Amino acid sequence: MSSSIPEDNRYAKSHEYAHAEGDVAMVGITEYAQKELGDVVMVELPAVGTQIDANEEMGTIESVKAVSDLFAPVSGEVIEINEALTEKPDLVNTDPYGDGWLVKIRMSDPSELDELMGADEYDEYIEAESAK
Amino acid sequence: MSESHGPLKKTPLNAVEKELGGKMVDFGGWELPVQYSGILEEHEAVRTKAGVFDVSHMGEITVKGPQALEFLQKTTSNDVSQLTDGRAQYTGLLYPNGTFVDDIIIYRIAEHEYFIVVNASNADKDLAWFRSQQEILDVAVVNESANWAQLAIQGPDAEKKLQPLTDIHLSKIKYYRFERGNVDHAPAIVSRTGYTGEDGFEVYIAPDHAPKLMKKLVHEGVKPCGLGARDTLRLEAKMALYGNDIDDTTTPIQADLAWIVKLDKGAFNGHDVLAKEKADGPPRKLVGFELLDRGIARHGFKIVEGGKEIGVVTSGTHSPTLKKSIGLAYLPLDKSAQGSEFTIDIRGKEARARVVPTPFYKRAK
Repeated sequence: MSSSIPEDNRYAKSHEYAHAEGDVAMVGITEYAQKELGDVVMVELPAVGTQIDANEEMGTIESVKAVSDLFAPVSGEVIEINEALTEKPDLVNTDPYGDGWLVKIRMSDPSELDELMGADEYDEYIEAESAK
Repeated sequence: MSESHGPLKKTPLNAVEKELGGKMVDFGGWELPVQYSGILEEHEAVRTKAGVFDVSHMGEITVKGPQALEFLQKTTSNDVSQLTDGRAQYTGLLYPNGTFVDDIIIYRIAEHEYFIVVNASNADKDLAWFRSQQEILDVAVVNESANWAQLAIQGPDAEKKLQPLTDIHLSKIKYYRFERGNVDHAPAIVSRTGYTGEDGFEVYIAPDHAPKLMKKLVHEGVKPCGLGARDTLRLEAKMALYGNDIDDTTTPIQADLAWIVKLDKGAFNGHDVLAKEKADGPPRKLVGFELLDRGIARHGFKIVEGGKEIGVVTSGTHSPTLKKSIGLAYLPLDKSAQGSEFTIDIRGKEARARVVPTPFYKRAK
């Protein structure tokens, strides 16, 4: 069902992805997650400079019908947040892996990426989730 | 609402909805689409063109007999004697303490025959309540829910889209009136009613004929819409949702629905309680609010003042039309004036809100 899961990301069970370049991970939610949420109308993100642990709650994402917590897939310092989402939260729906990214985290332990899922594993994971 | 046991109930349109890409959810024990293409897109379609909703889960009850009027006058708050054949009325089915059993629409078919549309989740309860109120009155209360599918065609283009499919002259039907005739060659009741704040119709038709009608409407460009858009549309129009804004703890006076309470019509369930609330003011009042801070205040969020809970949010959403965070809440009467500001606890964070005039959205006539 999910032909378009980018190979170069790592995926969390809570449906965030981490796209690492060097020691910086760009974090967002997956295509599957944005579809499940529906139209996103508000995103609340941590302040730049926040130290965050993997699996820690880092904000909320609100769609017309529901609110969901966002979890950090990796530990480190938040060095940038996607300011464009304040005006255009729907970027999360239209381009979750690109312009709809959420935060950039300077990783304190890049080996945490290994604990996340690869594209194939995530594909199987969401297939099982949606069969529930 | 989400708790249910056993298999989900399906409307006659279930297969069509899945075919059209509906994202199905459990809605009070019914499998219904929460959305098709997306809530915002569907909402917009109803505000600017036309959308179609499956509301076949709603219950239908007929009340017949020489004392039908007397029976309905006693059990409901509005004045049923104002109805003539072909007119419909929004009203409260009330307990003796003045709180809602349900909010319903009564259609007068004939002098001794009324067709009543009730909320899906309340249908069994309403039926039992009606029967408990029958006493010696010469009336028959019959559950007709299984005999009717219901489609709501809503939006400024609703009349234009539905007219080619029916022999009823839709332009002759005024607001809250109905006609009987054929829709897509099958007997139907068509009323100019709805739950969106737009012009539109509700079509009652035999379950077997509903799927074809839905497909034809969609083929004509009427957008299939789900429960998500239904909720944002009705909230912008400040139409109450049973289980959220009104229930068996709230009265029509508290819910700002005094216009459905006709104290002069004679005795009815809740009359004295409502008369007192109307005279002295109710202890609390349902108001519309806009959030001044960021966030969405949803059903059940508390209104706090000095560490104490003084009220509760009953509905809240992002308004697709106004692009604002809006909602309904019960506030103590002395804090419910327009312009009053108050604080809502949004998951541990305090957000300011202001009482505003309602409805939030009113269509241009």
